[in-house]
This record gives sequence, structure tokens and C-alpha cells, in this order.
Amino acid sequence: MLTSANFEDRQSFALRLMVLRIAAIVLFTLIAVAFWKIQVLDHQRYEQLAERQHLRTLPLRAPRGILYDRNGKVLVRNTYSFTIALVREQSANINEAVRRLAAATGVDEVRMGEIVANAKKRRDPLYRPIPLIEHATMAQVAAVTARQVDLPEIVVQQLPTREYPEGGMAAHLFGYVSEINEAQLQRPEFSELQVGAMIGQAGLEKTYNALLQGKDGKRMVAVNSRGREIEKLGEQDPVDGDRLQLTVDADLQKAMEDSFRASGYSGAGALLDPRTGEILALSSLPSYDPNAFASGLDAAAYNRLNNDPLKPFTNRVIQGTYSPGSSFKILMSTAALEEGVITPDTKVFCPGYYDFGGRRFKCSRQDGAGHGVVDVRHALEVSCNVFFYNIGAKMNIDTIHAYAEKMGLTGKTGVDLPNERDSLVPSTEWKRRVYKQDWYPGETISVSIGQGAVNVTPLALATMISTVANGGTLITPHILKAVDQGTGWVSAGAAPVRSQFFMKPDNLQAIRDGLWMVVNGAGTGGNARVLGRDVAGKTGTAQLIGNEAKKATQGKTDLDLRDNGFFVFFAPRDNPEISGIIYAEHGLHGSNAALIAHHVIETYFAKKDGHPLPVLPPPTTVKGGGQ
Amino acid sequence: MIVDRRVLPHLDWACVAALLALMTIGVVSIYSAKWDFVHQAPGREFWKQLYAVGISLVVFAVCLLVDYRSLTQRSLIFYGALIALLLYVSFFGVIRNGSRRWIPLGGFDFQPSEFARVVVALVLAAYFAGAQRLSKSMREIAFGALFLAAPLLLIYRQPDLGTSVTLIPVFLGVVLLGGMRMKWLAIAALVALVLAWPAYRFVLSDYQRGRIQTFVNPDLDPRGDAYQQRQATITVGSGGLFGKGFGGATQAGGYGFLPEAHNDFVFSGLAEEHGFLGVLVALLLYLFVILRGLEAAKLAKDRLGAYLVIGILSGFAFQVVYNITMSAGLAPVKGLTLPLMSYGGSSLMATLAGFGLILNVRMRRFTN
Repeated sequence: MLTSANFEDRQSFALRLMVLRIAAIVLFTLIAVAFWKIQVLDHQRYEQLAERQHLRTLPLRAPRGILYDRNGKVLVRNTYSFTIALVREQSANINEAVRRLAAATGVDEVRMGEIVANAKKRRDPLYRPIPLIEHATMAQVAAVTARQVDLPEIVVQQLPTREYPEGGMAAHLFGYVSEINEAQLQRPEFSELQVGAMIGQAGLEKTYNALLQGKDGKRMVAVNSRGREIEKLGEQDPVDGDRLQLTVDADLQKAMEDSFRASGYSGAGALLDPRTGEILALSSLPSYDPNAFASGLDAAAYNRLNNDPLKPFTNRVIQGTYSPGSSFKILMSTAALEEGVITPDTKVFCPGYYDFGGRRFKCSRQDGAGHGVVDVRHALEVSCNVFFYNIGAKMNIDTIHAYAEKMGLTGKTGVDLPNERDSLVPSTEWKRRVYKQDWYPGETISVSIGQGAVNVTPLALATMISTVANGGTLITPHILKAVDQGTGWVSAGAAPVRSQFFMKPDNLQAIRDGLWMVVNGAGTGGNARVLGRDVAGKTGTAQLIGNEAKKATQGKTDLDLRDNGFFVFFAPRDNPEISGIIYAEHGLHGSNAALIAHHVIETYFAKKDGHPLPVLPPPTTVKGGGQ
Repeated sequence: MIVDRRVLPHLDWACVAALLALMTIGVVSIYSAKWDFVHQAPGREFWKQLYAVGISLVVFAVCLLVDYRSLTQRSLIFYGALIALLLYVSFFGVIRNGSRRWIPLGGFDFQPSEFARVVVALVLAAYFAGAQRLSKSMREIAFGALFLAAPLLLIYRQPDLGTSVTLIPVFLGVVLLGGMRMKWLAIAALVALVLAWPAYRFVLSDYQRGRIQTFVNPDLDPRGDAYQQRQATITVGSGGLFGKGFGGATQAGGYGFLPEAHNDFVFSGLAEEHGFLGVLVALLLYLFVILRGLEAAKLAKDRLGAYLVIGILSGFAFQVVYNITMSAGLAPVKGLTLPLMSYGGSSLMATLAGFGLILNVRMRRFTN
């Protein structure tokens, strides 16, 4: 038994306990200081690290606005698709993850590796999902979901995707959407967008991108250490893009494309309401399927389209410029009549040729014979070159240019489509500016039948014929009819009238009569005749190469050197409701273009009267045709 | 065993309250760390810990009420039982995470090594308190060290380096208070320093070396060994001054970025949810308990009681300090629980048994 007697060293005990007590206090103070440093001084850094680990902000892509035709039919809509993406931050071994994903889905590992490498190169933040498989099949989604434990870095996203139900129909009108590129990301109008956003890259999708794209929402979620979503912390709903109603009529659009396909020609067409400038149909062929872009067109497919010699990406209606040939005679007639160079009764004798400056210009008849005595009506009907050489010789090129401006054949038409090219009708100012030379009167002779430097887009020709159809008002062709920003349809308003001149009724009637005779008389536009509808129009045939040169190069070149055919038209003659153009690329002659127009015009009137829409006769191969 | 009712008024109620507070904090932290997001309910670890608290309080009462002298007299029996259990474990124990530490007792794994500290403290106190055995001679100390060596080796071989190492402060505490010359301690420290490199090179296993390496340089392997350490610091740091609130953990909670947040890293979870202020409260409670323990040693009626208290307290304090340091990522990761807070019945029971003895000594300071 111990007693207090042998506990004599209590004093030394107390000292040592005091040391331990002080040691404990000092130690705990140090610990507290260390926690202060980590928790209070360095708090923000660790808070960010913690948040980055468990917080995910997933963009919720806003569905783009739906496009309707003028009758409310859906033209472009959205569908939902699955995207399989990789979150690098969640990955211990990215290469291994890509390898496993390739094995699970059957998608090429190398290609996915490149996508990841590109994201690295772009310095995308680590937490941003990199889309590896867009438009994944249900089987791929199922395969990935089943392997979620092995693939914690892989996420499946459901995204609204643009869908063009009719495939390639009106592809150039709608345009397409694709992922925003780096240069675009720098632009102020896209400042709110991030890598991966889809924007309109062509056509209406591009023009009205700001309306259509809506506002992306976001979903903030907490994920666990395996990357699995545990909790939804907040959600901001995406705002749908505005709905747009177009002036386009789906039936007429279809009729125009059907008719083109039946003819076998590439080309361009536009059908307008000459009273308002509303575009009822607009096509360019060959076409492409804009759905392919929405589903992530691969580089090879894109290059194939882009390098296609037929240039399917070019919207020929506004981006192709051509020599208009005889359709230019409408402008010449208008200018000559309005300027008093001729009257509707002025007669010219056509011997089949015209001599000017020591050179002989031939008339349009292939047999070389003359048209005899013609006035402006008959000159238009038979497309008499000599008549127009004669009036061209009496006119100043700048007067012709001034009328070209009044009728929309210079510059841009102002249509609400991107990347329109300028149309050109020469002037002395132009020649001085571009060639530093004076205008030679002889050049006016070529211009007077739509040759020489004249180079215009099909849509410019459509505005020209519309100006004749409406009696002198230069309309702005346009496609947007109304907008619904979620609060009901609001009319987009009338497109501005660009200029107006009032053609003298006698002059106007003379031109309209001549154009009516082209279709309904002895002219070259008979293919476009629709019984009882008084279609008026004018063909044009533009040589790409002279007749002699054509013979010389026969069989020696792969280039298609066949002539281009045009047909500009309006109907009915006295109170026009529609006007338009058909451009048949290498269509040999304007009469072939007129045949394409026929089905469109017929469809318009059938629909207007509530009759069954005409069915196109089986394709006929149109060859040759008189000049 | 008869309880002398006259001693009860001398019970250190303040210390008991602090112990209860720490256990409560522990249970609440486990509740939060093991919240089941799928079922929206506390995990089963929470309920098991509640049972453990109940059983531990019974153990605490027993260790408090039985006179510590009658226990130290039987210390060799306890010691023999400990060695037997450790031997049993080393042959028949269940293996979890590559280590053989547990005896399954129907839904509850009993871990004998957790009781080693208390038993070693008992046996060392009894040994050094013997009339002529002042721990001033090297021979006495070396002989006492033999009591330490057997359980230490058995636990080390489980392997469980962390728990085995906690026996050393128990021994050091007793011999230090027993009057061992400071010179010897200095020499021992020097020897330890010299032996550190060979020990690191030849005694430690690869994974232990790995943990030390990654402690020095956590960027060596951000997803592997250093992961826990790095996550511990992020967890603590993201808590800030006031914490993310109860149930607001994103690191230690069900998100699972910090593994073992209910167990070895329970303090990290506390720091995350209750911030620096919560940490401060817990630290003060631990410090209070330790200081009350030191006071119990000072007040002890005899050398035996003082040795017993200091032995138990040294092991406890070492474990608390090491675990808390580790929970902030400031020490290499070792499988070491935080007494009173970490999940685990054996740990809690052994700790409360120890504190039962400490308060036992203090309570009986006036008895004969």
C-alpha cells in the first residue's frame, strides 16, 4: 500500500505537469493558428477548389425559333438529340476514357482523341464537357449509361437540334446552323455565347440569328466524386428563340424545286409578289441537306461539298452573277420609252444585222434573216437584237445605268439573306473607276442586249421584272413576314420601297404587251403559257463562250460551256400578282427556263383558286430550242 | 465490487460534460458525413455510433466506480488478456482493407488494439509505482519498455502502424513523470533521429513510404496517395470562418470527395460544416479535457494514480493532436481515429474506459 510518505517527489511532479500543461496549450494554439490560416486566410482558394470539384454548370441549350410559311405550315423545327461528352476534370486518365468510350460505342478512337486535343489546344476550361459523339444513337447512349461506373468522366446531354423536315428543300433560304467558330466568338454580338454554342451560319438562320437563337439557360448541379449528379442546385430555364413567319409558301417552294428537278438543270429561281416584294419561293440548285450541319458534319463531308465544282453552297439567287442576255431588253425598252428615245409606235427595220463602227452585229435569228419592220412590242416578242442596237446607239450608257438603278439591277437588292453580291450595269463612272478608261459608245451596243459588262444576280432580275409588273416601284425582296417573341404575332412590316418612278401608262402597256406576246404569241416563252392567266415574260440566253470558240474547244474541255437560260415573268399581265425569275444553269436556252416556270405559275393559280395543285408530268428531256 | 458513495461528490462533472459534448459533436458529424442521399436518411453508421455511445457510457461508469487500485493490482491479468486477444486477432481476426485488426461480434467488429493504450497505462503505472522502482534508472526503464514492446509489435504486424505508435507516448508519459532524466530523453530523441532513415528505408512498407513522400510533395500523384491529404485541406479550407452549415458539406458529405469523413477524417467534416468557429469550440473542449486530466494527475493521491492518468492522457493527447493535424492535411495520412469523435465502437469504448480511470483517480484523491 502506498502512502503519502513515499510520494515525496510531488514537487517535481508539479513542475513536470506544469511543463506538460504549457506544452499542451502551446500545441493547441499552434493548431488553432494553422486552422486559422487554412480556413480564414486561404479560405477563398479552397472554396473555389471545392466548388470546382462538385459544382457543374451545364448549359441548357435554348431551342431555336421555329420557322413557319405564310400559311402557318412548319418549315424548320427542332428535335432533341443526345450528345455524349467528356468532362476532363473528372478524368484520371483521359486517353483511357476515350479508349473505353470507343470500345463501348464503336466510334473511332483517333477521331475522338483529336476532338479532345483540339479542346486542350483551345484552352477550354477543364469542367466544360467536350462533345465527342453528337447525335448519339440510343444504343450508344445505353452503352455509356450502363458503364457509368467505369466512365465517370462521360456525360450524356440531351440537346435541341435543328431539323429541316424537307431535307434539302429551300436549303439556301433557311441556311444552316453549326457550332460557333473561334473568330465568331470574338465578335461583340456573340459575346454571351460560349464554345459549343450553335449559331446560324447561312441563310435566314444567319440573318435572324439574334431572334432565332433564344437565350440559353443553365442548370447548376452538384456531382459526387464519381461525377454523378446528386442534387440540382438551381436551374435557369432557356428562353426559346422567337418564332418567325416567312413570306414563303411551302407549296410554291416545293413546286419550284420539283420543277427544277424535273428539268434536270441546276440553277436558281425566285417567285415574288411584285406589289410587296414578298418572296413566295426561292431556290438554288444543286442543294445540300442542312440537317447534316446540325448533326455535326465531319470535315471530309464538308470539304467534299465545299470543293464540289457545282458549288452547292452558293446561293445562286443572290451570290451568282450572270450575263442576263435578252432579258435585259426589258430594261432597255423601259429606259428608251420613258426617256422619249422611242415611242410605243417607233418602228425599226431589222435586216438581220446591224453595222456599227465598222463591225457587223448579228440579229437573234439563227437563219440570219431579219425581223423586218418591228416596234417595241414585236421587238420584245421576237427578241430582235437590231431594234435594241438601234436604240442603244441613241442612248447614253449613264441613262441606261440610271434605269438599271431604278429597276434594281445595280448593287444589292437588300433581301434579308446574308452575303448578297452586287449586280453590275456599267456606267462611265464605273469604267473610269475600275479601268481608268473612258466609255466607248460601241460598248453600249453590247450592253443593249444584256452583254458586255452587265453582270447581275437572278434576284436583281426578279426585282427588275417586278418593277415592270407594278408599274415603277422598286421593291425590296424580303422573306420575314411576322415575328412572335412569345407575346403573339407581330407583323415585320412592309419592306421599304427603294425608289419609285411612275411609268407612263402607254409605255407600260407596250412593254407588258410585248412580254405577253413572248409567252402567248410568236415568242420564245411559249413554254410558260398558262391558259387564261396572261403570263408575260422574257427569255434570255447568255453565251458563256462565243460560237466559234465553242466549236474549237469541243471535246477538249471538261467545263460545261453550254449557254445559260433565263426566264423572267409576271402574271397576270394587267394586274400582276406574281413575278419572278428562273435561271437554268447551262440550260441552253431561256425557253427551258420558261418550262420550269410554267409549273410554278400553274401551281400558284391553282392554289389561289382552291383547285387541286397540278402534278408535274414525268420529266422530259429538253434539248436545243430556237433562239 | 463496492462503490464508496462518498467519492461521488468529487467527480469532475465539468470534464464529464466536455466528454459528452465532444461525443455529441462526433455523432452529429457522423450523421452529416454519412447522410444517405438516395434514401434521404442518416446512414447506418450513425445508428451504430449511437449504440456505441450507450455501451461506452456503461464502460465509463464501471471504470469510474471501481477503485483504480483494485484494477492496477490486476493489471497483469488485463495485460495477459490483451496479449491473448492480439494473438488471437493475428491468427483469426477478419481482414479489412488489407489489415487484420478485428474480431467480428455479430454486426459489430471488436478491435482489441484500441484497448492497448489503457491496458499498457495500467500495467506501466503499476510497475513504476512499485515502492523501489523509481524510473530513474536505465534498467527500470528498459524493463518497463518490455511491457510496451509486446503489444506494440503485435499491433504493428497487423499491420497498424498508427495505433501501435500511440503506445509510445503512453510509455514516455509515464517515465517522464516518473522522473526520467531529461538528458536521457534527449539521447533517445537523438537515437530516434539517427534511426529514422534506416527505419524509413527498411522498416516502413511501400505504402507507408508513399504516404510520407506524398505528404512532402502532394503533387506527385494528385489522384492517388495524396488525394486524401489534398482533399482534407480543401475540405477544411472551404469551411471558412463560419462553415457551410449543418448538412451543407460538399466535401465530407455524401458527395464523397473526402473519403473516411466519418472516421479518421471526422474533424475535417466538422471544420467544413462549422468553420473555424466550430474548430475552435472542439479544440477548446479537447484542450479542456487534457488540462483537467493533467490536473487529475496533479491531484492524484498517489504515484500510481498519477502514472495511470498520465499514461492514458499521453496516448489520448498524442492521438488527438496527430489526428487533427492530419485532418487539415498537415501530417501524413495514418489510420488513426480521433478519440471521442470518430466512428468506431472500440475506439470510443477504450477512450471512455481511459477517462473513467482518469476521473476515478481524481475522484478518490481523499480516500485511503
